[in-house]
Amino acid sequence: MAEALNRSGESPELISMRGISKAFGATVALDAVDLAVRAGEVCALVGQNGAGKSTLMAILAGALAPDSGEMRLGGVPYAPRRPLDARRAGVAMIYQELSLAPHLTVSENIVLGLEPTRFGVVLRDRARAAAQAALDALGHHELKPDAVVGALPPAAQQLVEIARATATGARVLALDEPTSSLALDDTRRLFDLLRQLKRRGHAVVYISHFIEEVKAISDRFVVLRDGRNAGGGATGETPADEIVSLMVGRSIQDLYPRTARRASERLLVVDSLSPGSASFELRRGEILGVAGLVGAGRTRLLRAIFGLAPVKSGRIRLGVYTGAATPHARWKQGMGMLSEDRGGEGLAVGQSVADNLTGSRLQGLGPGFFVMPSRQRAAAERWIDRLGIDCRSAWQVTAELSGGNQQKVAVARLLHHDVDVLVLDEPTRGIDVASKAQIYDLIDALVSAAERPKAVLLVSSYFPELLGVCDRIAVMSRGRLGPVRPVSEWNEHSLLMDASGARAAS
Amino acid sequence: MTWRRFLQESGLGVLIGLAVVALIFGALIGPQFFRAANLELMARQTVIVCVAALGMTMVIISGGIDLSVGSVGALSTVVTALLLRAGAGPAIAALGAVGAAAACGAVNGLLITQLRVVPFIVTLGTMLLARGAAKGLADERRVEAPMTWLNSLLRTAQDGRGLILPGGIWITVIVAVLVALTLRYTRFGRHLFAIGSNERTARLCGVRINWCKWGVYTISGALAGLAGVLLFSQLSVGDPTVSVGLELDVIAAVIIGGGSFSGGRGSVIGTMAGAAIMAIIQVGCSQQGLPNWVQQIVTGTIIVAAVALDRWRQATGAQAS
Repeated sequence: MAEALNRSGESPELISMRGISKAFGATVALDAVDLAVRAGEVCALVGQNGAGKSTLMAILAGALAPDSGEMRLGGVPYAPRRPLDARRAGVAMIYQELSLAPHLTVSENIVLGLEPTRFGVVLRDRARAAAQAALDALGHHELKPDAVVGALPPAAQQLVEIARATATGARVLALDEPTSSLALDDTRRLFDLLRQLKRRGHAVVYISHFIEEVKAISDRFVVLRDGRNAGGGATGETPADEIVSLMVGRSIQDLYPRTARRASERLLVVDSLSPGSASFELRRGEILGVAGLVGAGRTRLLRAIFGLAPVKSGRIRLGVYTGAATPHARWKQGMGMLSEDRGGEGLAVGQSVADNLTGSRLQGLGPGFFVMPSRQRAAAERWIDRLGIDCRSAWQVTAELSGGNQQKVAVARLLHHDVDVLVLDEPTRGIDVASKAQIYDLIDALVSAAERPKAVLLVSSYFPELLGVCDRIAVMSRGRLGPVRPVSEWNEHSLLMDASGARAAS
Repeated sequence: MTWRRFLQESGLGVLIGLAVVALIFGALIGPQFFRAANLELMARQTVIVCVAALGMTMVIISGGIDLSVGSVGALSTVVTALLLRAGAGPAIAALGAVGAAAACGAVNGLLITQLRVVPFIVTLGTMLLARGAAKGLADERRVEAPMTWLNSLLRTAQDGRGLILPGGIWITVIVAVLVALTLRYTRFGRHLFAIGSNERTARLCGVRINWCKWGVYTISGALAGLAGVLLFSQLSVGDPTVSVGLELDVIAAVIIGGGSFSGGRGSVIGTMAGAAIMAIIQVGCSQQGLPNWVQQIVTGTIIVAAVALDRWRQATGAQAS
């Protein structure tokens, strides 16, 4: 592959990463990955969620150190130990969540950390001039250096961030999903800007899920799959669906149990709900999957259904209940939700396993409004045993458990509460394979139970999982939920085509 | 295991700290420092802080703060005196004062949950509001009131036997037990820990956060009112200018006792020990003949040291596991 990149007559590689490997404990995130970008080139880095893109970029930006492998910048060895080293060497990351100080002005942000000073006093005029020069060079004279960044729209903020990168002398720019918060028009202008950076000899790494964008802006693409290079080539010569095939790669493994299920009464009916412009129904004894990439609006839809986010319009009927809901009411009506943000929302990690597991239903663990710790522990231990949660005791602090065990605690909360409708947002994100398999088994057992089977609404950006466990699937893309179809009518390729908007591109 | 959890939750560190501080002053002053009469003196010194700190413990566990307790306490002394002067019985006067204080707390709770303003700001505002109301009601003067049994709440029992403590101390002990049981054995108590530990998780779990917060600030107000009744007992007048800065002593007791400003942690035993440490320093310094400024420096050092020590212990604990 290295030879293919060094075809004669083209500019030399500005940044190259060779044989980069990185493991977190037993999980191999990157296995001998190569990536090289020439000056004046936009290289798209594509791959499914969890393919290793973010890890590779963190290594490039000096936030993580590789276990092995070599990096060169402009032909000389490059081994940043901290993000600041990378910035000084001329490598800038532009993240999805913008890293600007919202209360400072445009010029203050652009020179932040590298302010021109005399005797420790910031030279404001020099700072403004430097900022103005950077903005002018990008062809955006309309942006005022004295504007407060927090008041600017996302597209302008992104521009400030790019100006900061170029003003500090960055030669390599890596953009992580830069269009996720942009309108179509702003995306077009961003592409103009990237072409300009290209002409000025910068090397750009462009990370995106969206095949249409990759086709529009990149010269070359590199595909990562399961932490390895899965292919690459010239973007212009490769059809969209071939790129998708490279991203998908393998066929579905036999990780997913599927016992005979019988869908019966309707438990949840959603009718033209906004956010999400979603209409579907969920029956007892079935798993309905919502596929979509990160940022497609799946979580907002779930939160609206569960009463955690406002419903703009449309109707939700859960069992016999209609109308507005709160999480408190939803639990009472027999619906429980698993949050995608395990540490931030799903669990109070500073509290014990027992407190987390029984948190939604302390009723019945003592007379009246009392909670007896012994009953609480007994209730928790029942699920600790059933799910094989590895902890010292029910009173162990949840933060001390591994990711997989924490997730089992979060799932066990829904079982302890004994809800009929389980809303699961990314239930297997970031957990080990053994725990994953256990959660799949559990979900399967719940919906195929002979007595009172449950209904499951499952959101995931990991498509093999959806195809493996769901009965029916709908795809969410750019904030809209598509039609629900039986799982037999989907495959990984078609899910990704719909989710990434590739169908529109080809 | 349960023992371990008990010690973890109640803060073993603060109990050791209490023992160390007591031994130091015991060594300096001699065995008479531990005589029953002296211990009772210290207990009487600390009950007012203690009662208010019990409410503050609940507030801080839920991740909040209540700066209005000092002013609400002063308001409570004024209301007690005014009711007594108007001819009400002592029990009615005390209940009225506690009720008025609870109403102040309820207002705090409403503002915090409905206006979504942070507790620090809301209670900073009501701190001034309650102080102003107290001064207005009292016409900016001390309010004289007839003597009743309320005045003897903190007086040493007449027969002089050491075991029979003043009524105010018994009230404090009973309230402490009730608060401890509430925190540990009721849904409301467990929900307060959940909210303080991670409010988003509590919301996801269907905890009615607004109700809980409203309740906890009302309780904090009521207990500040009870502290005010005890204060009235000490002063035997209603005084709208007393207990300025009481909230800081109260917060210090909770923090020394292992409470965390980020919520989710704190205990009744810890808070009581924290209040006791401050009382020992106060009484010990004055009996040793040390000036007030020494006492303040020692207390200030202990507050910072207690929190720093706790941080260090947690950090090493997290690494060990």
